[in-house]
Amino acid sequence: MTEVSPSLGSRDPGASVQRLSGPRRDRAVALASHPLTLRLFTALILFSAWEYAGRVPVSAGFPGFIETMKAMAEMTADGLLVAALLITLQPLALGLAISAVIGIGLGIGMGLSRVAEWLMAPPFIVMQAAPMAALIPLLVFAYGIGLAAKVLTVCIMAMPVIVLNSYLAIRQTPASLIEMGRSFQGSKPQIILKIMLPSASPVIFAGLRLGAAAGFIGAILAELLITPTGIGDLITYNQSIAEYPKMYAAIFSVIALSVLFIEGLGKIEAAIFRREGRRA
Amino acid sequence: MTARARPAIADTPIIEVKNLSKTYEGGVEALNDVSLDVPQGKLTTLLGPSGCGKTTLLKIIAGLIPSTKGEVRVSGRMVTGPGPDRAFVFQDFALMPWATVLRNVAFGLELRGVGREEREAVARRHIAEVGLAGFEHRHPHELSGGMRQRVGLARALAVDADVLLMDEPFSSVDEQTRRKFQEDMLSLLSARGKTVLFVTHSIEEAVYLSDRIVLLSRRPSRVAEVIEPDIRRGDDPEAIRRHPAYLDTVETIWQGLKRYLD
Ligand SMILES: Nc1ncnc2c1ncn2[C@@H]1O[C@H](COP(=O)(O)OP(=O)(O)OP(=O)(O)O)[C@@H](O)[C@H]1O
Ligand SMILES: [Mg+2]
Repeated sequence: MTEVSPSLGSRDPGASVQRLSGPRRDRAVALASHPLTLRLFTALILFSAWEYAGRVPVSAGFPGFIETMKAMAEMTADGLLVAALLITLQPLALGLAISAVIGIGLGIGMGLSRVAEWLMAPPFIVMQAAPMAALIPLLVFAYGIGLAAKVLTVCIMAMPVIVLNSYLAIRQTPASLIEMGRSFQGSKPQIILKIMLPSASPVIFAGLRLGAAAGFIGAILAELLITPTGIGDLITYNQSIAEYPKMYAAIFSVIALSVLFIEGLGKIEAAIFRREGRRA
Repeated sequence: MTARARPAIADTPIIEVKNLSKTYEGGVEALNDVSLDVPQGKLTTLLGPSGCGKTTLLKIIAGLIPSTKGEVRVSGRMVTGPGPDRAFVFQDFALMPWATVLRNVAFGLELRGVGREEREAVARRHIAEVGLAGFEHRHPHELSGGMRQRVGLARALAVDADVLLMDEPFSSVDEQTRRKFQEDMLSLLSARGKTVLFVTHSIEEAVYLSDRIVLLSRRPSRVAEVIEPDIRRGDDPEAIRRHPAYLDTVETIWQGLKRYLD
């Protein structure tokens, strides 16, 4: 009655190549097809192009990659960069934590309840479509130039996409899975916890990653537009004294941090929900 | 295939459907005054033109959707919602893609609060019974359509309900697998004394498998005819398929259904 050969595990295209070649070739193939290798390769091309553009030069105010990295090493050595990042991270971490908890909560609530959907879906759809950065002056007017306004800036940037993704994710639970749960007399909480949430989690996490990216933008915008602190301060200050390599080093560091953070979220997700069986 | 005793169906009905009507919210009238009995321990088939309301009827019996009028009784008790006496096998399998075969099969018991060790032991037994031993830790996407449907069947068997409601369980399975699966299912269910009500599009399948066939008319459907194929099972399956009684019944049903096709 077996319909699938027992060697299910060895279906990847590399498998047949590997059998023909020696162990060293094996490792080379594995290494070349490893996603990390690919990413490093992409980075290499990108940085070379940057270095080339810096040497042409595109503009007097545009340093090459190597020059920027030197400035970054210098700023890291004297502790400036780390101190600035820590300051920037404060409103960012707070804002993202608030957006994640409230955003996922609201989104799930909207997905489960028609009333909550009717009340809250329209404002969040508008928020996601509108350029929320335009509201920053309003936030400053209401909350001053302190931490609160910056945290809120992160929130208004990050929250809408988190809410909408969570909401749609819950809504898109396959109807037949819910029926299946009901047919086995699953209670409402059981169906939510054991069927709807696991089914929604990939899309909720996708929203979280998009929200985190938007939150980083919000944090930097707040520092550029409200009061220059942290990385925003490093950027504006170095621009004003024409220390372009340092300015780009600051920008680069925050982009790198953002990428690392979002990658980290992906890792956390993979650890919580073993993803192997996702696609049916 | 195990032989099944086949006295004429005078047995007690386990499912009684009386004057059932269903109109969906949009105004689609799916069922109009349907009455039927499903005999205990037998295999009854719902056959009818596409869109006539077979799934609707099955889901009302399962307690998954409410009827507009009429009533359904299972073992004498009025159906008001899903119950432990009925298990549903879904046309699209309804397997959780994130869960292993083992967890999927044990899921009915998990929802009932059966402890992990116990429910997994029960699930393993049923996985083996439907011929999937060794696949306990696979995920649904690693299985073929036929294997997925077996998982759905094992899950329904694991909760040990008296009645199995199956919505086109063989429709996504290729012809060879289908025959094998049908024969396996027949012997498994008759050995367990389960009552089965299942929907199919295939006249041959209905005649080959069932003790009683309920023909539904076009929407809004009523019961057009009830047929009890007089075929001695327990013979070699191929012989059944060549038997004149089998061929006659297929022809009769085909004539009966033809008038709904235009
Ligand atoms: N949730 C619903 N809301 C409104 N109409 C519905 C709903 N579900 C089914 N219907 C309609 O009711 C009728 C019967 O549907 P049903 O799915 O029961 O038919 P079926 O006999 O199972 O069809 P098929 O053989 O194609 O599976 C169809 O016309 C369908 O469009
Ligand atoms: Mg149907």
